[in-house]
Amino acid sequence: MKKIEAIIKPFKLEEVKDALHEVGIEGMTVSEVKGFGRQKGHTEIYRGSEYTVDFLPKIKIELVVSDVKVSEATTAIIKSAKTGKIGDGKIFISEVTEAIRIRTEEKGDLAV
Amino acid sequence: MLALTAITGTAQQAAAVTLKEPTVEERLADLEAYVNNGARVTTDKQAGKVTGPGPGHNAWMMTSAALVLFMTLPGLALFYGGLVRRKNMLSVIAQCFGIAGLVTILWVLFGYSAVFAGGSPYLGSLSKFAFLKDVTSAPNTDYAAWVSQNVYAMYQMMFAIITPALIIGAVAERMKFSAILAFVVLWMVVVYFPLAHMIWGVDGLMNGVWNGDAKIRAIDFAGGTVVHMSSGWSALILCIILGKRKGHEKINMAPHSMTLCAIGTGMLWVGWYGFNAGSAGAADGVAASAFMTTTIAAAVASLVWPVIEWILRGKPSVLGFCSGAVAGLVMITPAAGFVSAKSAFIIGIIAGVVPYLACAYLKPLLKYDDALDTFGVHAVGGTIGAILTGIFASSDVNPNLLTANAYAAKNGLDKLVANGGLVAEQFKAVGITLVLSIVGTVVIAFIVKAVIGLRPSEEAETQGLDLAEHGEEAYHS
Repeated sequence: MKKIEAIIKPFKLEEVKDALHEVGIEGMTVSEVKGFGRQKGHTEIYRGSEYTVDFLPKIKIELVVSDVKVSEATTAIIKSAKTGKIGDGKIFISEVTEAIRIRTEEKGDLAV
Repeated sequence: MLALTAITGTAQQAAAVTLKEPTVEERLADLEAYVNNGARVTTDKQAGKVTGPGPGHNAWMMTSAALVLFMTLPGLALFYGGLVRRKNMLSVIAQCFGIAGLVTILWVLFGYSAVFAGGSPYLGSLSKFAFLKDVTSAPNTDYAAWVSQNVYAMYQMMFAIITPALIIGAVAERMKFSAILAFVVLWMVVVYFPLAHMIWGVDGLMNGVWNGDAKIRAIDFAGGTVVHMSSGWSALILCIILGKRKGHEKINMAPHSMTLCAIGTGMLWVGWYGFNAGSAGAADGVAASAFMTTTIAAAVASLVWPVIEWILRGKPSVLGFCSGAVAGLVMITPAAGFVSAKSAFIIGIIAGVVPYLACAYLKPLLKYDDALDTFGVHAVGGTIGAILTGIFASSDVNPNLLTANAYAAKNGLDKLVANGGLVAEQFKAVGITLVLSIVGTVVIAFIVKAVIGLRPSEEAETQGLDLAEHGEEAYHS
């Protein structure tokens, strides 16, 4: 099993969700996060005061999938989240040692 | 001439023994006076048939009083509240409510009397209307022939409430609640009551329109000097004595909700119709004119300010629209019932430009921490407005500037308006307002600082005044 964490532009969330749904991903966790990479922040001006805002709002999607689904899922995310402009985000993939569905106590691939 | 003997009502029956019945002509003249908002013809002793307040004028003044209160609660509370960080939102609301209650108490005790009872040219009698004694539904003909004096007193009280509330914009996020209340009590007594009496009191030093003996023949329709200059200049002095917010120019102090700020701005604008058009003291032609000029100046300035931002900085901001609207309203305030539509248009343009420059360039240059730009908008706008009033005031718009107004004829205001020279008088009023506001604030601020201290602890300021001072949070996530 692998965990896929994707940081994407907030307005792309619906497209990414639909694309993942199409390749058979049934669940995910979404959070509103802030951060910056190469895109950096922006400047806000309020009358005489100027503020540099380093952290931009992003969406983080987390999903855990069986090993065979990883490349399908990442391809779906890349296709749906890409605008070609700086700030499109990143995908991180990591190993997951165990998954348990609390209701049925199923384990491993059955639980994700 | 028909002598009327028909008596209605027991009160008049009792009076009929000694009082002469008014003639039909006199009774008709009373009605005409009511419609024209002139002085009634029958004196009280003649037992005129129209003895009480005029219903239309009273209705408008009660509406106006409510509108002016609406400017503070919640208009100003939201306008200012939206501009502070979220940890200080409730402190601004608490300060607005606290001031509303506190000033009401002062006003009832002796404030109304100090401003609107006769006394000296500098301050009214402290006792004549103390506890609003004798302030009944009958009009006080010194001010408004057809408006109940109790309505008039409440209307003027709303001005007394919003004026110190404007000051909290400059000292937001870093002044103890107790220090603000103490400051406001002293400031009302030392600065506001004398200044309001000088400008609007029946024997006031600078009441050019309604005091035949006024030494300074200045005019201020709805409070450019009394409200905006006094609060704005005092705000500058207080914020300098108080010191900057912790982390000023180092950490992000951006407004926490421009949405609430914009809602508050809309409420201020709506409420300002009561402030300016209500300052006619009647639902008459002068009020109608003030209603129009208020709209024009506010709308023009609300567009000019963000357009200048657009040109100089690339984007028109919502805070620019809001600031422009308020600056336009501030600047038209002293002029509202005295100037034409065209003059209001010009005032609107100036209001969109000069306060913007003060906020965007003067403040960073001089490095004072006027947190929400009370000085940049109200002091700069009010001062320029008071001077422009002297330039644009027209007797075509307001007949009270004509010789027909016995007071203006007696003190020579009519000639000043006709021949020029009013501007010099306006400068004198501006000068007195400046000196009283600045000196008064310096003295009061140091007294409060010495006795109870002005600032909360660094820990409280960092935590936010909402939790530290009021034990509440504005938002729960």
